[in-house]
Amino acid sequence: MKTIRIGNGAAFWGDNLDAPRLLCEGGGGGGRLDYLTLEYLAELTMSILAHQKSRDPTAGYVSDFPTVVESLIPLLKAQPALRIVTNAGGMNPSGCAHQVATLLQKHGLGKLSLAAVDGDDLLPDLDKHLAAGETFSHFDTGQSIDDVRERIVSANAYLGAKGIVDALADGARIVMTGRVADASLTVGPCMHEFGWPWTDCQRLAAATVAGHIIECGAQATGGIYSDWTESLDLADVGYPIAEISDDGSLVITKPPGTGGTVTVGTVSEQIVYEIGDPVHYLTPDIDADFSQLRLEQEGQDRVRITGARGNAAPASYKVSLAYHDGYLVSGTLVIAGRDAVAKAKAAAEMIFARVRRAGFNLARTNVEFLGAGDSVPGVWPSDSQPWEVVLRVSAHDPSRDAVERLARELAPLVCNGPPGVTGYTGARPQPHRVLDYWPTTIDRSRISPKVTVRTAAEWIR
Amino acid sequence: MTDTIRLGEIAHARSGDKGNHANVGIIAYSQAGYDYLDRVLTESRVAEYFLPLRPKSVERFALPGILAYNFLLRDVLAGGASKSLRVDSQGKTLGVAALEMTLPRPPNMVDMQPPQRE
Repeated sequence: MKTIRIGNGAAFWGDNLDAPRLLCEGGGGGGRLDYLTLEYLAELTMSILAHQKSRDPTAGYVSDFPTVVESLIPLLKAQPALRIVTNAGGMNPSGCAHQVATLLQKHGLGKLSLAAVDGDDLLPDLDKHLAAGETFSHFDTGQSIDDVRERIVSANAYLGAKGIVDALADGARIVMTGRVADASLTVGPCMHEFGWPWTDCQRLAAATVAGHIIECGAQATGGIYSDWTESLDLADVGYPIAEISDDGSLVITKPPGTGGTVTVGTVSEQIVYEIGDPVHYLTPDIDADFSQLRLEQEGQDRVRITGARGNAAPASYKVSLAYHDGYLVSGTLVIAGRDAVAKAKAAAEMIFARVRRAGFNLARTNVEFLGAGDSVPGVWPSDSQPWEVVLRVSAHDPSRDAVERLARELAPLVCNGPPGVTGYTGARPQPHRVLDYWPTTIDRSRISPKVTVRTAAEWIR
Repeated sequence: MTDTIRLGEIAHARSGDKGNHANVGIIAYSQAGYDYLDRVLTESRVAEYFLPLRPKSVERFALPGILAYNFLLRDVLAGGASKSLRVDSQGKTLGVAALEMTLPRPPNMVDMQPPQRE
């Protein structure tokens, strides 16, 4: 029976740049990958990319990805069967393909076939969709889109695996999508390789489970594992590989000779990561049921997963919309010595008093004493007084000037606050635009993926 | 011997965010621990423990095959990744915090602990 190996080498934009190459090299001589997936888009990443594209029409994709492709050039040459599927296209899959094509051409890979998959960007046609009856009301609160319509920065539907499958069928070796469901990066290669019918809920669910487990990279192989003393050598942690067979059976593993560990424990933790109701893990491909999954340690760093099942995909696509919502700043000082918390409290009061004296009333503020339990405020068991705390003050306000003023008021405390204030050595904290998250939906009949497949040489012609 | 235990003695955990909601998955080390948590790790106990973070609601879901309970804490992140003013805007620490929860000591505690390591 045919089995394919899909490894995921990126959990977010900014993940370790060597991981994709190490994964494809296979550690100490393990089997090759058939597919490398790279997942870069957190909930709000698209709004950042939209902002970049508004300044430069050739930007708007994940700039780490061309760097990764460059590191993979020898492997792309040595492993002609290796394919890459990534959502690095972000707000500009064609721009991403163009940049990657330039690199490949430079390295003599002009014949390599590249696909851009878009169709997820709803912003250009938002008014058309509204006129057609879509409300785009807030998924959780029901709030009307009218409240934020003028401030929308990006609006993207989570597409499924269909565009990826079409691109692979057209011979693409590197597929760059915009927003797709994270698990669809794995489901796409499975559908292409095995040709399962889209009504095969059990196998679609198994592929979705695989995608969910590997999408966050080393979180499946020992990263952030509760029993962290057990998972040795995380510096050299191996990224996860899903071995999926035609019958839907699934094993999670990692390259031999790498750090980390794949156990029932690490995989269990990743199964529950960022899920809601496990009976309904919704993607555009499947309404997957994780509740009856079972795990078995099949060998060292090999965990077999059974029990995936599901129902037909929901009738609507999830949409992630972002809108501009004022400015935010956070800054820190270190307060040391006896009564550190009391002194930090006094310092924070001074800072806010001076912001008020300057004529600003900040809309939202927060004060934290890190080291005294405020990472989870009010929940940690109370302890003895620490000898030092990090004072962290934060504010969110419609006015950039207001939060900028707060940022200015930290440094003076070094000279005119309570004794024992230090740690002000970096640059002044910079305010940043808040791009707030607005989850909503759109009927799936209104949009479809658009796939463009060309050789690298054609992309840059 | 005290008459209480830490949740972390019989289970491990992972947490994350979904917009302004967070989830905390609690995984028992053993079937005995899972059965015990069914009785004591109720929605109301978890809601009470995280009360300082003011979740709007707490809902529990079971994954019996992996001995896990998933807790969904709605509107608990003070704005979430985009605008929460907390250092942990994405609920990354809620899992390790949950493991510090105090529970009554079960009579068959020895059946619930993780296997001894080298």
